[in-house]
Amino acid sequence: MRRFSLKSLLQEAASGHQGWERQWRAPEPKKEYDVVIVGGGGHGLATAYYLASVHGVTNVAVLERGWIGGGNTGRNTTIVRSNYLFDESAGLYEHAMKLWEGLSQELNYNVMFSQRGVLMLAHNHHDVVSFKRHVYANRLNGIDNEWLSPEECKAYCPPLSISPDLRYPVLGGALQRRGGTARHDAVAWGYARGADARGVDIIQNCEVLGLKRHPDGSVAGVETSRGTIGAKRVGVVAAGHTGVVMGRFGLRMPVESVPLQALVSEPVKPVFPCVVMSNAVHAYISQSDKGELVIGAGTDQYVSYSQQGGIQIINHTLDAICELFPQFGRMRMLRSWGGIVDVTPDRSPILGKTPIEGLFVNCGWGTGGFKATPGSGHVFAHTLATGEPHKINAPFSLDRFKTGRLIDEAAAAAVAH
Amino acid sequence: MLLIDCPYCGKRPEVEFHCGGEAHIARPETPTAVGDADWGSFLYYRTNPKGVQAERWLHGHGCGRWFNALRDTVSDAFVATYEMGKPRPDRDAATASTPSNA
Amino acid sequence: MSQPFRRPSGGRIDRSRPLAVTFNGKRLEGFAGDTVASMLIASGQHLAGRSFKYHRPRGILSHGSDEPSALLSVDWRADRGPGYRDPNNRASVVEARDGLVVNTQNHWPSLETDIGAVNDLLSPVFVAGFYYKTFMWPRKFWDRVYEPVIRKAAGLGEAPDVKDADRYSNRHAHCDVLVVGAGPAGLAAALAASADGTKRVILADEGSEPGGALLNDTTATIDGRPAKEWVAGAVATLDARENVVILPRTTAFGYYNHNHVCMVERISDHRADAPEGLARERLWQVRAGEVVLATGSHERPLVFENNDRPGIMLAESVRAYLNRWAVLPGNELVVVTSSASAYRTALDAKAAGMRVSIVDIRLEADCGPEFAAAKDAGITVRSGHTVIRALGKKRVTGLVVSPIGRDGTIGEKTTLACDCVAMSGGWTPSVHLFSQSRGKLRFDVELDAFVPGTSAQAERSAGACRGVYDLTEVIADGAKAGGGELAPEATASFTGFQPVRVLPTDADASKVKAFVDFQNDVTAKDIRLAVREGFESIEHVKRYTTTGMATDQGKTSNMNALGLVAGILDRPLPAVGTTTFRPPYTPVSFGALIGPARDELFDPVRKTPIDPWAEANGAVFEPVALWRRAKYFPRVGEDMHAAVARETRAVRTHVGIFDASTLGKIEVIGPDAAEFMNRIYTNAWTKLKTGGCRYGLMLREDGFVYDDGVVARLAEDRFHVTTTTGGAPRVMRHMEDYLQTEWPDLDVFLTSITEQWAVIALQGPNARKVLDPFVTDIDLTEAAFPHMTVKTGYVCGVPCRLFRVSFTGELGFEVNVPADYGEAVWKTLYEEGQKHGITPYGTEAMHVLRAEVGYVVVGQETDGTVTPDDLGLSGLVSKVKPDFVGKRSLTRPDMIAAGRRQLVGLLTKTPDEVLDEGAQVVDDPAQPIPMKMIGHVTSSYASSNCGRSIAMAMIDAGRERIGETVFVTTPAGFTEAVISNAVFYDVKGETADA
Repeated sequence: MRRFSLKSLLQEAASGHQGWERQWRAPEPKKEYDVVIVGGGGHGLATAYYLASVHGVTNVAVLERGWIGGGNTGRNTTIVRSNYLFDESAGLYEHAMKLWEGLSQELNYNVMFSQRGVLMLAHNHHDVVSFKRHVYANRLNGIDNEWLSPEECKAYCPPLSISPDLRYPVLGGALQRRGGTARHDAVAWGYARGADARGVDIIQNCEVLGLKRHPDGSVAGVETSRGTIGAKRVGVVAAGHTGVVMGRFGLRMPVESVPLQALVSEPVKPVFPCVVMSNAVHAYISQSDKGELVIGAGTDQYVSYSQQGGIQIINHTLDAICELFPQFGRMRMLRSWGGIVDVTPDRSPILGKTPIEGLFVNCGWGTGGFKATPGSGHVFAHTLATGEPHKINAPFSLDRFKTGRLIDEAAAAAVAH
Repeated sequence: MLLIDCPYCGKRPEVEFHCGGEAHIARPETPTAVGDADWGSFLYYRTNPKGVQAERWLHGHGCGRWFNALRDTVSDAFVATYEMGKPRPDRDAATASTPSNA
Repeated sequence: MSQPFRRPSGGRIDRSRPLAVTFNGKRLEGFAGDTVASMLIASGQHLAGRSFKYHRPRGILSHGSDEPSALLSVDWRADRGPGYRDPNNRASVVEARDGLVVNTQNHWPSLETDIGAVNDLLSPVFVAGFYYKTFMWPRKFWDRVYEPVIRKAAGLGEAPDVKDADRYSNRHAHCDVLVVGAGPAGLAAALAASADGTKRVILADEGSEPGGALLNDTTATIDGRPAKEWVAGAVATLDARENVVILPRTTAFGYYNHNHVCMVERISDHRADAPEGLARERLWQVRAGEVVLATGSHERPLVFENNDRPGIMLAESVRAYLNRWAVLPGNELVVVTSSASAYRTALDAKAAGMRVSIVDIRLEADCGPEFAAAKDAGITVRSGHTVIRALGKKRVTGLVVSPIGRDGTIGEKTTLACDCVAMSGGWTPSVHLFSQSRGKLRFDVELDAFVPGTSAQAERSAGACRGVYDLTEVIADGAKAGGGELAPEATASFTGFQPVRVLPTDADASKVKAFVDFQNDVTAKDIRLAVREGFESIEHVKRYTTTGMATDQGKTSNMNALGLVAGILDRPLPAVGTTTFRPPYTPVSFGALIGPARDELFDPVRKTPIDPWAEANGAVFEPVALWRRAKYFPRVGEDMHAAVARETRAVRTHVGIFDASTLGKIEVIGPDAAEFMNRIYTNAWTKLKTGGCRYGLMLREDGFVYDDGVVARLAEDRFHVTTTTGGAPRVMRHMEDYLQTEWPDLDVFLTSITEQWAVIALQGPNARKVLDPFVTDIDLTEAAFPHMTVKTGYVCGVPCRLFRVSFTGELGFEVNVPADYGEAVWKTLYEEGQKHGITPYGTEAMHVLRAEVGYVVVGQETDGTVTPDDLGLSGLVSKVKPDFVGKRSLTRPDMIAAGRRQLVGLLTKTPDEVLDEGAQVVDDPAQPIPMKMIGHVTSSYASSNCGRSIAMAMIDAGRERIGETVFVTTPAGFTEAVISNAVFYDVKGETADA
């Protein structure tokens, strides 16, 4: 792998950039792999990367139905934070945060992780109590999160209106300064390049159609649109299509796939310094390096694989944006799009074993998977390499839907992820 | 925004409705006789099909009635709507309705 | 600036109505009917902006909404003060009028001299994706140093910095046929669809007048008449039909599910005389039976070195400026084309007096009748030629051209002097809306374009948007789509083109800047680099290079990018992929999308019948769900703390009056009402006597507490249920769900009565005294009317459901009267109460009072993860009922595990210290991080009645730990507290249960 650096960039600039090599190969699938990962999104590619880099498991294939990073990895609003309430979630997302903080260097790929702070606004008494509960819990878990007065919120995010005349006035906010955004595509590409360099085969345009099993029921491989591929272990990391893939394997899952929409404005000069989330009025906003306001909307209410939702969802979100930032009323929506998010009953992911020996699943990230990408890949790689969950992902088992040991961040905080 | 054919009121915009998730998941007659795994399955496991799904809708800002619908989750086109208690119609996505032919 | 390039006559402008706009501080003159772009061209000014990345000088490329380069900041109503300016307006669609103040963007210090243009020199480094390869060291420098610099350089215009002063409107419409686009195809479709008068037809067009491409055409005839007469006739016919609505300036931007088409109509921006208050834009949400898409096509630029120089325009746009706006885009024109249609531009330019020559990439043999037409007009045509590069910087000054040999070699170069270039690489059908409707696109090799394939909704495409280009055929196609037939005789169009992607050159392709995406500064070499690095899917190429991601959304660039990638990979074009188009077709203002949902209309405020009294009496309000509720009633000089202390004391010593109208109320009626209640609630209802009340607890099916409230049995078959304020709608839905879908056999009706009854709570030892004078038919004595009973009768002569209940531990009544009488009854009781020390109290005091006696609030003590036993309420869970909602879940392993969090009290060691609600609890504050948290504070108050602070908390196995000391987080660190029972106030005197 040719290292990226200012030096190599300048060298190439002198020669018309003719010397750059492919960032990942386009190999033909081998007959068999130690591990096959179904799904070439950020989580799947990160899993492959850490299998190779941490566990030395390099005989790995990532099978992607379309093009890598084309699902929710490339469709989210790129918010990264780790200020979750419960110890289990905090452990998982903070694990990811620590990896984010060194990810560009680790991958030798600038993922533009920008710790410009994530400010979550409180608009009613319930928000205030809930956010303070988070702030205190985070402090004791070693995660930065601080409570700001409305004036402090305004100082941190000058475009914000803290007028008491707002329908739901800003009563304060919880700020995680280490939170921020990253360049979503670069995350997928950086992991792909790193995994590829360590021997992982990234196979695009390869749809998984079924599971091959040994007579004892354990995993033997997968049937794909490009033939049968043997595998000792299979990890399904298919996000919104988890239900489809697992259905082909004969398993039902506690997930439903719903549309989640987002939009960007036309690009403008820097005007928005941080990330602001307001769950009470459903507004999530930041500004990209290119200058677009990146705005997250809510989910539609029904199961759909259409990557399209109703405009009323977007209108509702923009109502809230313009309530909090009235000067944005004349900005224009440039692009809107939808992802298919896999939502679990407790809004927490599932990371671990399945009833089939050798088959593992990593899904259920709902509306908040991007921020977990490095941590999710890291612990799932451990799970696939050892056959047992890492202590960080052990609580996120399928079993909890039998015992009732849910990790219900959503119920606890009414916080969207 | 979906256009939903309430069996009682006719076609109305989606904002009048609340989606209640997958249909035909009967609550066990005697829940206390159900084991933990099966109960967990009843509470949480869903088919989540890519294709036609039977699902529940409430015309909350309308007649207030719950009803069932068949909808293709790929095209979002409705195949049928039908009253609660009626069996799932034997139809597939090919008969999905559009505003012109329904 | 005067108008040296204005033609002496012609054009669809009104020379009797001169006007002026301010452009970069200078006066720019024109006429009604002009756009800012046509005025700039009339004045001879082509330099109209600086590009996104390299800050290259840019001119006006097009005459429509596909314009990528000439982007302006426009202050639409500078005379009316701030709040009317916005960035990134396309000069080509800004209709000129007096009073507009427009400025170019993205340059410093000026448009002419832009320091940022140094980026152009650094462009060998600033290639596609360069930022992924560097700026990684030192680690902290990305968001502190590099990113701020990049961000400042990026972006286009300046965002508005004050509140939008305009207003917007919203309209829902239904029609049988919606026709999008009023060019020849759309007009024909609308004529046909509306002909028999039975169908409601809406015809929408983004332009300022109907006609589409025919507006640019001065030579075509239809049925022997000039095309513009045919347009005028069609419009007049449609106008006269009552079943037709014509909407000019209306862009259909989104095609959603089930033929839901969203459009924006520009109402006032183009009107100098727009009255203040007139909406700026209107969002149309149309539900159409059928949709006819007649959205036309976009011309493709050609890709050659410096193809972005000001003065280089699309060929059809040059024609449009010549004919529609009567301006000359220069004196010396070179038409560079691989498309027949550009010859019409050459002919019109020649006729307008420009010096014209043609460079055609095609060989003469591959050309059609257009070739002879040009020759006949005396125009030099260099067929089989390529353009090596354009000369000039802020304006094109010439083209270096050369013949292409049979083997593709570049021949001898010639420089053609010019001040304007009209280029055409062929046409791309505008399939955006079709694609949004989820129709499947099909690649047509003949047309070198994606065209509509299989429809997914009730929709048809007609005319150029499906690759039909000849005018006669276009009109026939439109009529057919509208359900009719037309066979006009129109002037034959020059059609057909040869797709060339990037013009052949002998220059080092890795060095030259030949732009594919003008706005995002993406060159052919950027795309080649992306492919070299393994980005082969067009989606990857787009994301890596940003081609097609600018505000023009790739209208001019997508096909060139796609073709280039396909060519490099030597794959058929569809194998590289196409883009799935997403709304909006052109950018749409947030203002139009939110419409009137601003300020007081953002979200409705629910107010109780007693709200006016509270407001008049100085209440401080708080939002609770959609309601606003009085939080406390401060007297002069009081802060919340003092007011609440006074209010809570008054309730325990005298009497308080509280507006509880927001409580959710549901009536459960029917022969099976008790059975229904048994199944919905954890407790048993069969034995509750008529006239009795009971506190009810409701679970979700997963066993967690969902809602609670007092329930009264008004009759054998009638229950009056109360819910939490925020929970009312979901509880109603929850009940209806079970009733209709699980137990349709139960004969029960549910009615939401929240808004039918105003609820006035009288709480405190004097409550009965206040009420007594106004009740004649109800015996209020303790014996006749004990705690937790209900009676109906009259209060103040008004029908009343009178509850003897208490949420304070004190003697209490809740007076339910019809909502319309609420305020009057409240005032009467309040007046009478003056004799007994009555004090109005708000939600804050209510919370303190209930906490003093240990009552929980669902949503405060509970968070969706709490069971009845966790709250110490297992006594409310029937052991004998065979089933109720949530029962089965309560026996799941984790729900009965030891160590669950349980509700307890917390008393700080320092009595006046009030814990933070949400604070976490630990055993050992000295333990290392991460610490073991054993609980959290759910409610915490200064209790004047207890003479100290009180708090409720959920603590792991808390009930076993009463008396133990724990540590609770504070903003500064920790404080000590002792776990206690969650009842803090020992009620004295005649209390709730007395």
